[in-house]
This record gives sequence, C-alpha cells and structure tokens, in this order.
Amino acid sequence: MNWHRKGAAAALLSAACWAMAQSAATPEARRSGLADMGPALQALQYDDRQNPAMLWVQDGAALWRTPAGAAKACAHCHGPAETSMRGVAATYPAWDAASARPLNLPGRINACRTRHQQAPAWAAESAELLAVSAYLGLQSRGQPLAPPADARLTPWRDQGATLWRQRLGQLNLACLHCHDQRAGQRLGGAAIPQGHATGYPIYRMEWQTLGSLQRRLRGCVVGVRAEPFAPSADEWLALEAYLHTRAAGMVVETPAVRP
Amino acid sequence: MGISRLGAARRRLSMATRTLVHLPARATRGEVIEVRITLGHAMETGLRADAEGKLVPRNIATRFECRFEGQAVFAADLYPAIAANPYLAFFMRVPGPGTFVFEWLGDNGFQHRETRTLAVS
Repeated sequence: MNWHRKGAAAALLSAACWAMAQSAATPEARRSGLADMGPALQALQYDDRQNPAMLWVQDGAALWRTPAGAAKACAHCHGPAETSMRGVAATYPAWDAASARPLNLPGRINACRTRHQQAPAWAAESAELLAVSAYLGLQSRGQPLAPPADARLTPWRDQGATLWRQRLGQLNLACLHCHDQRAGQRLGGAAIPQGHATGYPIYRMEWQTLGSLQRRLRGCVVGVRAEPFAPSADEWLALEAYLHTRAAGMVVETPAVRP
Repeated sequence: MGISRLGAARRRLSMATRTLVHLPARATRGEVIEVRITLGHAMETGLRADAEGKLVPRNIATRFECRFEGQAVFAADLYPAIAANPYLAFFMRVPGPGTFVFEWLGDNGFQHRETRTLAVS
C-alpha cells in the first residue's frame, strides 16, 4: 500500500468514526432505560397485574371521580379519562397562557384544582398528585411523546439544554457526561441510561415508591454533590422541557418501573 | 355519581390501605387459576435510620391468608427483608363458585381484609 492509499484509508476510517459519532445522536440510537433492565424488572413493568405503580393508578382513578373544592370532580368537566385524556400527558410541559409560563402535568393538575375546582393545590410529591399524574400518564401509554410546536417554549427548552451541558457540583459533571457520552457504560453496579424521561412518574425500586421526574433529577444533582435547585425553581421545568424534546417521538411508558 | 361510590373513593384514600387483586374474569370448575395480590404497604424494616440518625420503628405486614368459601387456600408469613408493596401470586384449583377472603395482619395492629367473588361457569 503506498502512502496516498494509506491516507485515503485513514480518511475513510475517520469518516466512518464521524458517522458513528453522529448516529449516536440520531433518534434511532435512542434507547429507553427499560431496554437495559433485567428481565424480572421488565416483567414488573410489562404486567399491570404486577406493577406496584398500579396502586397509585387505582387511587388516581378514584380521585378523578371524587369532587374536590367547589364540589366538582375532574370527571364532571373532562368525562372519562380513558377517552378525554388519551394522549394528553404526552404533550406536557405545555405553555399556559394564564400564568405565562410552561406547566408540566402535575402543574397542570394543580392549576385545574386552584382555578376550576377552587381547591388547594396538592403538595409536590404528594400521594394524590402522583396518583393523578400516573393515572393521566397511563392514558398516553404507547403513544409517542409529542412536545408541542410552540415558540414560547423555546427559551425554556434552550435553558434546559444549557443546564444539561452545565457542569455541577464537587464532581464537576454535567448531565451529558454520563447520559450522552457514557450511556451504556456502568457506574459501579448500575447501568448508565440515556436518561429519557418517558415513564414518569416511575416506581423506583430504590425509593420503594412512586416518584416524579423532579425527584429523579434531584437525585442526580445530589449525586454529583451539587446543591439542588429550590423545589419550585424554574430550572427543573426547563430541564423537563428540554428532556421532552430530547425524547420526542419515543413511546410513553407511564407508569414505568426502574431500579 | 352516587353518594355511596363517592364515599367509597374517599374511604379508600383516607384508609390508606390499598390492594390490587387480580383474578380471571371467569373460571370453570376444576380449572387451575392464578391469583395475584399486591398490598400497598411501606414494609419498614426497623433497621433503617432517619435523617437525624434515629432508628425508624419496624412496621411490616407479618401475615397473609387467603380463604375460599371459608377454606384456607394459601397463607404466608412476611418478614422484614420483603420489599415495600409486597406482591404474592399462587395457583389454585377452582372447586366451584364462591368468595375469596384475603386478609393481612401486621405491626401496630395493622389489619386489612378484601373480598372478591369468583364467577364460575
């Protein structure tokens, strides 16, 4: 092989490497954390009769029909969730004109409570809010995540993308260092997932209970030894908005089971 | 919505004991069916410390019993190493139509009972 053929081969090789690096960012390379779990955990998620998150879904269905505040139940306006809420959870966070900011699904539920039911908002991470979120999320299961094409969400998504790349904490790591660059590798005994938020609220084995996306994100922030943002901080919402576009088109798994 | 259904929904939430019971919709006499039960329970081991270092007292379900038409079908003793929201599944041969009684006992006087009727053709 003479020198210029060697050079051509090297160029070809580097082109192939570049193509592989690019393909990691294409939608086809995206992978739900579900795919990397053990068969026992997968079975737990696939079978509604085993999935412990169904305890909350059952509560959510009851709350949907239970009058709150000004004696109106969710069902009084929305009807049966199985039809009226089909695919709705897959579109959140969405823009809320009244508050001029995005609302995620728990935020939307609480907005409905305070505005239309004249009932107090449920506390973040409360059993009731998780139950209704899981119940509504379930109505979108199997559908693609569909972030709304709304320009007003763009600054939030951009802020979320910036946060995703922002180094944090004593470990000085950004989200992307694990979940983009080292996804599929291991952190101690645990597989590093790509971090697609397709199944929230999730039943997490480590928590032994149902939890929200914000709780999961907080765990990561504490994990890199950074001080978490305040519970009501915009940063969480911005990250959620970004993660939603990052996982756009992936299938909703709510209520998912994770280790 | 009727008042009774509404009351039932409220009771279930305030009681805070939740279960998932799964039986086949119909069964035939002599058929072997699978019964699956999840109990919503914290199963606090008594070995963990809270944020201030104080031991969290043990709070687990200790006993599960299933009876069909008064006859014991399945029973289990539960221990602290069992995870929250314990899930149990077992098979049984259907002797005929009847009613299941599922009963749990536990620490701090915990007691819960569910009944389900099995339609047999």
